[in-house]
Amino acid sequence: MTLIDRLKKKFGAQITGTNLTALDPWIEVAPEALVAVCEHLKADPDGKFEMLNCITAIDWFEPDPKKAAKVTFEPHTELVYHLSSISKKHSIVIKVKLPRWKDDVAGNLPDVPTVCSVWPAANWHEREVFDLSGVNFVGHPDLRRILCPEDWVGYGLRRDYEMPLEYHGMRGR
Amino acid sequence: MSTYLDDPRVVEFDVRTDEMLVNMGPQHPSTHGVLRLVLRTDGEIVSQTEPHLGYLHRCAEKIGENLTPRQWIPYTDRMDYLAAMNMNLGWSLAVEKLMNYQLPEKARHLRVIIAEMGRIASHLVGMGAYGLDLGTFSPFLYAFRERERILDLFEEACGARLTYSYITPGGVTADLPRGWIQKCEDFLTQFEPIIQEYHALLTTNSIFVKRTANIGILPPQMALDYGCTGPVLRGSGIDYDLRRDGEERYTEMYDGYAFEVIVQKNGHYPKDHDYPAVPKEAVLGDCWHRFYVRMLEVVQSIDIVRQAFDKYNNSTGDWGTPIKLSTKLPKGDAYLETEAPRGQMGFYIVSDGSAIPWRVRARSSCFCNLSVTHELCKGCLIADVPAIVGSLDIVMGEIDR
Repeated sequence: MTLIDRLKKKFGAQITGTNLTALDPWIEVAPEALVAVCEHLKADPDGKFEMLNCITAIDWFEPDPKKAAKVTFEPHTELVYHLSSISKKHSIVIKVKLPRWKDDVAGNLPDVPTVCSVWPAANWHEREVFDLSGVNFVGHPDLRRILCPEDWVGYGLRRDYEMPLEYHGMRGR
Repeated sequence: MSTYLDDPRVVEFDVRTDEMLVNMGPQHPSTHGVLRLVLRTDGEIVSQTEPHLGYLHRCAEKIGENLTPRQWIPYTDRMDYLAAMNMNLGWSLAVEKLMNYQLPEKARHLRVIIAEMGRIASHLVGMGAYGLDLGTFSPFLYAFRERERILDLFEEACGARLTYSYITPGGVTADLPRGWIQKCEDFLTQFEPIIQEYHALLTTNSIFVKRTANIGILPPQMALDYGCTGPVLRGSGIDYDLRRDGEERYTEMYDGYAFEVIVQKNGHYPKDHDYPAVPKEAVLGDCWHRFYVRMLEVVQSIDIVRQAFDKYNNSTGDWGTPIKLSTKLPKGDAYLETEAPRGQMGFYIVSDGSAIPWRVRARSSCFCNLSVTHELCKGCLIADVPAIVGSLDIVMGEIDR
């Protein structure tokens, strides 16, 4: 039984989608099962994904109302985890689909569990995603902004982000 | 191990002072750019180190969502400004992966020459600036003397000395000028014996060894946990180099090249050249080993460039055709990591089918390498902090993007 089959058997409906023929094969995981799936991928003898390369968030949202009428996706935030194995020399991508705002309340950041316990490297990556894309990593030991100042307003990598006109007396435009 | 509070060698053991917060940076000469370190100290001993980033943040990823991939090439230059060619290469390969673009053979060998020369130039700064961190100025001057020669060659190839935008999706912007290969060969012939001088200046210098050996030890498991890559990972004894173990799109560039991945194997480094011996004080994963890996990699890069000359001269095809500025990207996403001088540099591109990417992401190697600082600096002396941070060979432009 392959790694993916074992994963599907163990987590069932928590694995919400797979595409193993894509340029970078990916599996989509429900947010609540993320930590367990990551632990499994790291420990599985066929997987051994001991390195977390990157965490990225993509904001699937079209702020332009003219273009928004033509887009085919539902607005959401997508988290992408790139993992690789040094001993096995292979890689995999985990995707997690989140709402743009929790309970559809603007300003309420969507929740996802932290994977710091699986790979300590996630600490800074998650802080960066929190800082720039506005995702709340539940259980993170030190969730603060990392690139922007602590009193910065808004999340720069969201598609509808608007640059502030003024910050501490400095002109924004 | 570093000196700890309960270590009897520490004079300050008897002199318990009040805890003090010390700011190092944002523009301290040994922080390699605008890095701010907040140290919690007790006398001379550092109990906690907290790196603060963001002083250089230029929103490169956001800008990437408003430009076509070729227009974004100059932004990759400005990330790792000491190895801009390697950054161009990483982004170009990621875009080519998404477009499923096959490069002509000649262009591949040309890229190998340029990328490896870039690695030599970058490691020279790494070596020279590390000397500077530890209070010695001469290696810095010598390193820049040699680096200038490489920059002269780059200038002749593309007209720029720091931010090249030379390697671009689809190939390179122009072929190498006539006589360039001969000049490059002459440089390598002159440069190779000089490396022994650097070893005499730093690698085997007893003061240098005292300042770096057995300091800031990074165990292999911790290196993996924190996602450290490049010479930092190999300095901890993990045999992993993307030029050999990476994705096919990248490793095919190095097909047919003979080179060694520099890493300690069974207590020894590869013996294909005459390298200085490892001092008995050095412990695997310490600052000295990270420095040593970089120095040996320079020799390997010289070998690779020499092999590439023949392959470039005898290969078919041309130097590639840069893609048009307005070329539409296929729908989908692609992530690709390359072995930049400072570690694995990853680029991620997401496209919705238009000419401008939906999302651009740069996964920086130094970002992960720096995140381990607080572990390495636990219990060291204040004077060891520059030695530890310098041994990671960070460039802040890449961390803040």
